Amino acid sequence: MSSKAILFDGTQCIGCRSCEDACCKKWGLEYDEAVASDERLSERKLTTVVTRGEHYARRLCRHCADPACVSVCPVGAFTKTDLGPVVYDEGRCMGCRYCMLACPFQVPAYEWSKALPRVRKCDMCAERLRAGLPTACSEACPTGATVSGDREKLIEEARRRLAENPKAYDGRIYGLSEVGGTSVLMLSAEPLAHFGFPANLPQEPLPPLTGRVLSFVPDVVGVGAVLLGGIYWITHRREEVAAAERGAGARRENHE
Amino acid sequence: MSRALRLPRLTFWRATFLLLVGAALYATYLRFFHGLGASTHLTDQFPWGLWIGFDVLCGVGLAAGGFTLAATVHIFNLKRYEPIVRPAILTAFLGYVLVVAALLFDLGRPYRIWHPLVMWNPHSVMFEVGWCVTLYTTVLSLEFAPVVFEKLRWRLPLRLLKVVMIPLVIAGVLLSTLHQSSLGSLYLIVPHKLHPLWYTPLLPIFFFFSAVMVGLAMTIFESWHSSKAFGRHIELPLLRRLARVLAVLLAAFLAMRFLDLARRGALHHLAGPGSEKYFFLLETALFAAPMLLLFQSRVRASPRALYFSAVLAIFGFVTNRLNVSVTGMEAASGAHYVPKWTEVVVTLAIVALGFAVFYVAARYLPVFESEESVHEAVGAAAEGERIVLRGA
Ligand code: SF4
Ligand code: SF4
Repeated sequence: MSSKAILFDGTQCIGCRSCEDACCKKWGLEYDEAVASDERLSERKLTTVVTRGEHYARRLCRHCADPACVSVCPVGAFTKTDLGPVVYDEGRCMGCRYCMLACPFQVPAYEWSKALPRVRKCDMCAERLRAGLPTACSEACPTGATVSGDREKLIEEARRRLAENPKAYDGRIYGLSEVGGTSVLMLSAEPLAHFGFPANLPQEPLPPLTGRVLSFVPDVVGVGAVLLGGIYWITHRREEVAAAERGAGARRENHE
Repeated sequence: MSRALRLPRLTFWRATFLLLVGAALYATYLRFFHGLGASTHLTDQFPWGLWIGFDVLCGVGLAAGGFTLAATVHIFNLKRYEPIVRPAILTAFLGYVLVVAALLFDLGRPYRIWHPLVMWNPHSVMFEVGWCVTLYTTVLSLEFAPVVFEKLRWRLPLRLLKVVMIPLVIAGVLLSTLHQSSLGSLYLIVPHKLHPLWYTPLLPIFFFFSAVMVGLAMTIFESWHSSKAFGRHIELPLLRRLARVLAVLLAAFLAMRFLDLARRGALHHLAGPGSEKYFFLLETALFAAPMLLLFQSRVRASPRALYFSAVLAIFGFVTNRLNVSVTGMEAASGAHYVPKWTEVVVTLAIVALGFAVFYVAARYLPVFESEESVHEAVGAAAEGERIVLRGA
């Protein structure tokens, strides 16, 4: 199967929050007024509609092509699956929260109040996608603002909308290339930065930033060991020579 | 009241210590029975706080004296520093054990702390740090073991350790180089979050460099304290030399720091908005002051001034690391983080525990006066003088 994606079009969103409701149902989370009115991702909701005047945007895991969370997790609790979803294995997680620090979109949330906490984030309904179903949020969306499908096809669709109705959008397809591209694509009437999304993200993936440094590790070990061994040999050689000379001197004295 | 029942006198410090222990026990209860939410001010926006920023990032750095001095004496063969190797290794060993203790507080699932050893992700800096810290703590325990064996008069293990000591020291230096710098690399993945005054591709190099610096400062610090506590005379000539090296390193560090800022075009942030620049200036001042002080031989000649300068450098280091982990991360996260009292109390208790265990160990183990090492050091010093005389 080809790689999947979610396309969210802010201009078609009416702010009904059906996607939040459906998502909470899927995860077995309670959804009430208090949860609905908090527009932040948290252990209580893994997607949220963000309001700014008449406009809406959605926060959820973007399912990056080369995700920071996957690369930083010391125990490999995250996996980027072939279909696109980035999934989390709670059996491995030790709770260092490096994934939360590293995620460029500030997505992973933590169960702060639990004695045995887990990281929580959208998994793009990986199970449903594999079964050929749309994600719970796109199924619940009454206007078609959120849809899921093949990434290539959805990119085409997004391009078509931008071309047909350029005035309605800010002209960008979010997710095409930020941090190397993501499996969640977004169209918006105004820049997502206005909704509090990060505006300074690089267009290249983040993991190589640490990967480059880690690739020096074998060199540091190899060269370092030889270097230190060499220094040890030289500094102690001098001593041995001195001792040997002293010994020779003593022997000579004995002979005389 | 009968005389037999008289308790030890309750001095101010003892009272403080008891209070701290009590508070820390309650904080520990909160942490493990009510979770991180009840015991910290951490949030989804700000997942790493004081326990990572201070206990881990600073703790590991403050313990860097161990590998620095082990290398100086055993690899570079500068025997005159022998008398201060053992205290430095003890500090390092305690430092790492306490870092692990702090991690047990911070990890959401502390009982899985061993997971990185079996569930590998070699792309993760944290994975590398985990391995290095585990291995290096083992190395440190072996480097310190002779002190215990000497006390117990176990000759065979002593001899065995002597054979492997040099490879051990080399392994220790390599492991330290790797993870001291990797603590900086942890932040390479957040170019969009860490403030430009601190985010630089040179983070690993700066972390390594500053660890070596603070390792030296800590050696001066603990020599002064143990000379007070045990009425020993202070190794002033040695410390004076260390202090000179420290001054040079501080100067080099500051120079690198500003050159890097200039090269990245980040100097204008010193004039821009935001409170970050004040913290940057504070950090810089705390590095520059001991540097200026220690470049003067008058300062280096006085144990008190030497100690004061070392403390300044330590504060500079701590400020720098907290700036990376807290100050520099706040703006982008949109959260304002001030540690909860529980976080502070646990941290203070861990530091106090470190001091207490160091005191006990130094008191009952031959940390300061290994027969052999003292003889060797005296011999080496005499030798050094002879060489100088011959050269003259
Ligand atoms: S958005 Fe964050 S959590 Fe989601 S895949 Fe990307 S890095 Fe991971
Ligand atoms: S908190 Fe869990 S999932 Fe996140 S990086 Fe740490 S071990 Fe991995």
